[in-house]
Amino acid sequence: MGDLLQRCLSGRNDGESKGHRRTRAVVLWALLALMVIWALFNLRAIGAAFAEFGVYLGYKFIQRALLAGALVSLCASLLGVTLVLKHYSMIGDGLSHVGFGSLTIAMALGFVTADSLPAFLPASLRGGIAGLCRGIAANPLPFTLVVVVICAFLLLRLSERSSMRGDSAIALISTSALAAGVIVTSMTSGMNVDVYNYMFGSILAMRASDVYVSLALSAVVLVLFVLFYPRIFAVTFDEAFARATGVNASAFNMLIAFLTALTVVVGMRMMGTLLISSLIIFPALSSMRLFSRFKAVTICSAIVSVACFAVGMLLSCVYSLPTGAGIVAVNLFVFILFSAIAAARG
Amino acid sequence: MSLIAMRDVTIAFEGVVAVERVSFQIDPGDYLVIVGENGSGKSTLIRAMLGLVRPRSGSVVYGDGLTKERIGYLPQQTAAQRGFPASVEEVVLSGCVNRMGRRWFYNRADRAKADANMALLDVTRLRKKAYRTLSGGQQQRTLLARALCATDALLLLDEPVTGLDPAAASEFYAVIRNLNREHGVAVAMVSHDLGGAMRDANKVLVMNRGVDFFGDVEAYREAFAERMVTRRG
Repeated sequence: MGDLLQRCLSGRNDGESKGHRRTRAVVLWALLALMVIWALFNLRAIGAAFAEFGVYLGYKFIQRALLAGALVSLCASLLGVTLVLKHYSMIGDGLSHVGFGSLTIAMALGFVTADSLPAFLPASLRGGIAGLCRGIAANPLPFTLVVVVICAFLLLRLSERSSMRGDSAIALISTSALAAGVIVTSMTSGMNVDVYNYMFGSILAMRASDVYVSLALSAVVLVLFVLFYPRIFAVTFDEAFARATGVNASAFNMLIAFLTALTVVVGMRMMGTLLISSLIIFPALSSMRLFSRFKAVTICSAIVSVACFAVGMLLSCVYSLPTGAGIVAVNLFVFILFSAIAAARG
Repeated sequence: MSLIAMRDVTIAFEGVVAVERVSFQIDPGDYLVIVGENGSGKSTLIRAMLGLVRPRSGSVVYGDGLTKERIGYLPQQTAAQRGFPASVEEVVLSGCVNRMGRRWFYNRADRAKADANMALLDVTRLRKKAYRTLSGGQQQRTLLARALCATDALLLLDEPVTGLDPAAASEFYAVIRNLNREHGVAVAMVSHDLGGAMRDANKVLVMNRGVDFFGDVEAYREAFAERMVTRRG
């Protein structure tokens, strides 16, 4: 069974017998048929859901969340194509855990008062530190951003050095950051709704400032991606060749890590720390089932990502699911659908 | 004037000397084969010629209008590439990045060059095909077309026939021979396949951290005739 599942998930047809391919196609189409049947039985509920969603669309915070979320999804999918193909998918996951850790620490800093600091420090310095901590706690985004960007460069260096075993190093850093976040949380505020939202995502977490940040971010990612498209392709396909012909591959890796860090931090509160990396990985993987040209894969994953976001958002509004989980579920559905089409094409 | 002259080049990684006091040069029209045991510094030498590693001492001098960005390079294939979603056309065109300078996108001249090299290597009919669905030989020809987009003077090939079956390998050698003799492209090839590589070459470099031998193929055959016989036996 495990073997079968692996066959279903791995896209490679070469060296596979016809029987295996047929089994895979049958399994995938059966799954798909089940989903369609479920949808048919729930037709009325789905119709009601759309009507309800129309009402939701009137709310300012939903509009905000939709705009910011769609832009973040777009950025994540573009970066995802490169990250997945360069085998850096884990960096996105690692960064989100680091993001969670630094967010909770930033929030915990709000509990620092001048009196709780060591007495040997001068009173004015204690006041200053406490003020700074309160400032960070009130607006944790810049602090988180700085920490995550630093960690992005660190993770990149770790995975570039094969001798360090990059994947284990990433797992080490990300779980440590998660543990630090959990410890700090339970020592201060405890597991409250805020923390729950950080972990699993909530559209309510998107503030007005997030919309501006995500607008700026997506503009930067889109412009850079289009302008550097030929060079990004060269570095992604063959870093050794790109370096040899004078492309500054390290700079491109840094740029991609930097943009990934930004995307993760902005998208984290919508998707949830534990699920943001799916936004990076899923659209690229789904598109690679169907397309075999880099440009087609890139464009398809951008479309898939935004579409899945919109549908997932709808589901989460109507059934009051955590947003991130809804979006991941829709992405998984698209992945299975694309795999089924690919299998049927043979 | 030589395209590349290595003068007394020594390269070390974390204190371990990989290449020691190596001197040789590649002239226009040369076909140089670089041989040696595993770990004898062949690939490091190639990377030094491309300017990817900095020698600890000695110098790498480019001549005859060659710059290090203008070398066509065929790296060893990585596992990641074999499943990469890209068309042949996209891969070949990416060889033009070193000609772009401050431009953002490929221009008509770049596309024409890519077309010409696809025709030269007989991959034009595969141009819309996915790179990952090609045979090993077709993949190598595609990568060679890409390398030719980056240069018309010097090709550096790092074990290009590894993983090819004998028929594909001899076909690949024929392509290289044609590029070298008909189109005047100088070639430097790292190879394990002594017989096949040596048939067309005019110069041999035997690496063993330092230079064991550098010179014409005929001289190499005379000097190493006995050793080769015992090895084959």
